[in-house]
Amino acid sequence: MEDEALGKPPQARSAKIQVSHLDFYYGSVQALYNVSLAVPQNQITALIGPSGCGKSTFLRTLNRMSETVRHTSVEGEILLDGENIFSVDLVALRRRVGMVFQRPNPFPKTVFDNVAYGLRVNGGTRGAALADAVEASLRRAALWDEIKDKLHKSAYALSGGQQQRLCIARALAVNPEVLLLDEPCSALDPISTAKIEELMFTLQENCTLVIVTHSMQQAARVSSHTGFFLLGRLLEFNETNILFKRPGRKETEDYITGRFG
Amino acid sequence: MQYRNARRKLVNVLMLSATGICALVTVAILIAILAYLAWNGWHYLTWTFLTQLPAPVGQAGGGMGNAVVGTGKLLLIAALTGIPVGLIGGVYLAEFGGKAVGFAVRYAADLLNGVPSIVMGIFIYTVVVLPMGHFSTLAGGLALGVMLIPIVVRSTEDFMRAVPSTLLEGALALGVSRWKGVATVILPAAARGVATGILLSLARVAGETAPLLFTSFNNQYWSQGWMQPIASLPMMIYLYAISPYKNWQQEAWAAGFILLALVLLVNIGAHIILSRRQSVQRG
Repeated sequence: MEDEALGKPPQARSAKIQVSHLDFYYGSVQALYNVSLAVPQNQITALIGPSGCGKSTFLRTLNRMSETVRHTSVEGEILLDGENIFSVDLVALRRRVGMVFQRPNPFPKTVFDNVAYGLRVNGGTRGAALADAVEASLRRAALWDEIKDKLHKSAYALSGGQQQRLCIARALAVNPEVLLLDEPCSALDPISTAKIEELMFTLQENCTLVIVTHSMQQAARVSSHTGFFLLGRLLEFNETNILFKRPGRKETEDYITGRFG
Repeated sequence: MQYRNARRKLVNVLMLSATGICALVTVAILIAILAYLAWNGWHYLTWTFLTQLPAPVGQAGGGMGNAVVGTGKLLLIAALTGIPVGLIGGVYLAEFGGKAVGFAVRYAADLLNGVPSIVMGIFIYTVVVLPMGHFSTLAGGLALGVMLIPIVVRSTEDFMRAVPSTLLEGALALGVSRWKGVATVILPAAARGVATGILLSLARVAGETAPLLFTSFNNQYWSQGWMQPIASLPMMIYLYAISPYKNWQQEAWAAGFILLALVLLVNIGAHIILSRRQSVQRG
């Protein structure tokens, strides 16, 4: 016990998610090699790296979405608040660890029904409580003022940026402790991107965020910690300003200065 | 050079005309059938014809009301038996079927779809009519229902697959179990398409005659219950058309027109439903 408290760097003690020696396989192809990482609580952690480096695969193991692909296997340990995520109930895990995808994927329902979906299906929340929860989630996603008159219109009537924030609101509605974002801005214009980045800043007060991004500027702008993945390995993980200013490895430096990738 | 250009242009014109002519033939056949049926049967198309029992040979008047009701009852049984099996089977194929099992079920459905309808009639004759000892509405409906299954399975699967998998991912990421996600997101998103497929399959089996020959057979009177033989439009057409009586032959034309009109209406309705779905998604 004492060793643990003394032996770990400061940020590890407030780690929301602790990943140790994670290997991941698609069939017989290994996609992640011995990844260990501590995601700090109530902060934004960015994962960068060239395409196919395993950063999205890693993100999807954190809420076990990786299991939706057949014939995958995983070794190692992921602790959420000290609890092994592979031994907790899948539904409970995914309510605690929400996810936003690369392309906005609102359901073909109304704006209201999209946000209410998670509460209705799993919680049975109804009536005024449901309406309040929907409004609160849309406010947290900084979307309420723009669409409060369109609550009962199809979600497809919204712009791409609004749809993505709707998906964030949908994830927030079930009050997740962690929010995983898989390249959430790659399909959006710069103004919508700025709005989502701003939103991430406010969300970290109540939520731990992990974002996979292809944009190094985005990682530098929003995150407190950054991990650099290459060929399935986590090559470097550090505070963002250190990683970008004084990268510890040649490969990291080459990548962030645009020499490859 | 000039010769080759001229040749190329000629081939182009010939091929374009060939495609145009073949397309025209397709449309022309449909119009010809409709016109011919209408021309031969139109003066029998009265309310009486749709609601009255057939008149005895030689007497004027009478109708095919029993056959209209009979076709409706047969389709009802077919729908009640075939649609649930086809629908749930299609959902399974689209969302839960593994590679090997999916392949086997899909292949079986395609083979079942290719089974000649008269063989389907003989099959139901053996398993339903023989044990019961007589023809019945139930047997006819079951024969049509079995024919519905493969059509509904495949159309349901196709429309469910057309829903982007990212929607299911979105539901799963909210901590929803797979079947709940399929039932509350994928199926509603595909609902109009699935409903269209079901309507079209009903229209397709409504005109089947061969499976009814050995199952529901025919009845000159109003239906005497689900366990008794029953009249149907296709059987009526068959029997009237080969009869030696002039007015019966003409009534067969009229019945054919009604049947075709019914199928066309369902088709058009189905396509309207489908196009409305697309406008909602774009809206």
